[in-house]
Amino acid sequence: MSRPVPPNTQPIISIKDISKTYKSGVKALKPINLDIHKGEIFALLGPNGAGKTTLISIICGIVTPSSGCVTADGHDIIRDYRAARRAIGLVPQELHTDAFERVIDSVKLSRGLFGYGPNPAHIEKVLRDLSLWDKRTAKIQELSGGMKRRLMIAKALSHEPKILFLDEPTAGVDVELRQDMWEMVRKLRESGVTIILTTHYIEEAEEMADRVGVISKGELVLVDEKAALMRKLGKKQLTLHLREAISAVPEGLNGYSLELSGDGSALTYTFDGQADESGIPDLLKRLGEIGLDFKDLNTEQSSLEDIFVSLVREQRP
Amino acid sequence: MNGHGIKAIYQFEMARWFRTLGQSLFTPVLSTALYFIVFGSAIGGRMGEVDGVSYAAFIVPGLIMLSILTESLSNASFGIYFPRFTGTIYEVLSAPLSPFDIVTGYVGAAATKSMIIGCVILVTARLFVDYSVQYPLVMILFLALTAVTFCLFGFILGIWADGFEKLQIVPMLVIMPLTFLGGTFYSISMLPEFWQKVTLFNPVVYLISGFRWSFFGTADVAIGVSLGAISLILLVCLAAIWWIFKTGYRLKT
Ligand SMILES: Nc1ncnc2c1ncn2[C@@H]1O[C@H](COP(=O)(O)OP(=O)(O)OP(=O)(O)O)[C@@H](O)[C@H]1O
Ligand SMILES: [Mg+2]
Repeated sequence: MSRPVPPNTQPIISIKDISKTYKSGVKALKPINLDIHKGEIFALLGPNGAGKTTLISIICGIVTPSSGCVTADGHDIIRDYRAARRAIGLVPQELHTDAFERVIDSVKLSRGLFGYGPNPAHIEKVLRDLSLWDKRTAKIQELSGGMKRRLMIAKALSHEPKILFLDEPTAGVDVELRQDMWEMVRKLRESGVTIILTTHYIEEAEEMADRVGVISKGELVLVDEKAALMRKLGKKQLTLHLREAISAVPEGLNGYSLELSGDGSALTYTFDGQADESGIPDLLKRLGEIGLDFKDLNTEQSSLEDIFVSLVREQRP
Repeated sequence: MNGHGIKAIYQFEMARWFRTLGQSLFTPVLSTALYFIVFGSAIGGRMGEVDGVSYAAFIVPGLIMLSILTESLSNASFGIYFPRFTGTIYEVLSAPLSPFDIVTGYVGAAATKSMIIGCVILVTARLFVDYSVQYPLVMILFLALTAVTFCLFGFILGIWADGFEKLQIVPMLVIMPLTFLGGTFYSISMLPEFWQKVTLFNPVVYLISGFRWSFFGTADVAIGVSLGAISLILLVCLAAIWWIFKTGYRLKT
């Protein structure tokens, strides 16, 4: 699924020393440096209040940074804001809609605001792709939450942006539609759109992203290709299902980090997936020697979620 | 300049207004008609002429001004406050629009509405009162200048306000008294000398006086002074808006 990105391509977004301290004194972002490559899907992960929305809002011109600069599509977002913003589509986290407007008028408005003349064919395509075409003449207040979310995406796509920010795009969208949405995001990527998404659903990042950035307390604690990240940080576990339950880990196995399940029927061995020597052959040999019999075994690799949780936990004091 | 963007804002705002056109026009027209019936026909019949004009005709320019001022303020302030309130302002802020584009779209639409209302009242008044306009071009110029200026003022109000009450307080607490005391129903020369001086600090005096001059060719203050005054208010509003966008006041964090 992931696609290696040529390292020497010009970044489509380049973030240099961006920091933000709100008037209230909240230090939402410590100086952040990050390059987003053209055509990738970049997932920004982080707990509530980490600064994800702040970072996106700065790039989109809604929040003024306290320091640093950003270029988008090669244009400085402040000095050359018109060119930079025309390249960007934003789906904000909150559902902000004009309750009394019709769906299609709202999407047409967005296209106009971004400086493009009418293009009914494109608007129709966007609405159809998001299963909103049948609702085009409905008032926005008549839409369900998930439909409103899709309308926000339609608005962001109305001006054919090269860069799309999705701030928690699938919050409140049902499972089936979420699949559709991922499909749509993939198609957008195929057509050359760069996508930056934030999410709390780790599975989303795991399924979609080429690269992952983890942000915690305003600091970018890690940026890596998803596959590499999973390989590097992923722990592996070997679980042995014993033929007969035991009450404690036998003394003969003291050298290994083993955990016995509550009912005594399974032993779990945790090892570093990156190490040359997993230690498994040794362990199995040792089991034979002490006469511990098992009926089945399986290995598991930790998910991005586990990685994420352990990273963020480290950050907490 | 982002022409498509300005047009998008303008059309969106106008469409919203036209959807409720009945209400939008009915309220100002009704209230002005009531003034004409009470002050023009009922009381006015017992009043003499003011500056050589029948009393009923004399109050027409002032009443139109009153509507223009209140409608400009409420339309323009609501136009920008509402997206701030619902949060849809994010889109305008993230779009490739300069402050000039944004102000042109919102204030242009609000001023158009005010002008339409002004013209409708002008025609309605003719049903009650016999009057003619001596200098139609000056009248249109004055109408436009006033509408734009007070729509700019309304825009500032809509950005400053942090609740719907504030949107209503300013027109009620500031514009109504200033307009009533600004010579809508009387000529400044009818006041005692001291109050004549005090009245000159009321900016609305210059608006009504200038507007009335375009109807009857007579006024409390010279037409040039009126034009100067309205231009000055316009400049002050423009400066305030320049400052708002420069500092991001209440628009950006
Ligand atoms: N307008 C604001 N004024 C003051 N502080 C703010 C403002 N917006 C956000 N913050 C603060 O900045 C920090 C980062 O907030 P931000 O919205 O960027 O987090 P987030 O990573 O998007 O969180 P979530 O996952 O909950 O959406 C938080 O501590 C938040 O309280
Ligand atoms: Mg957020």
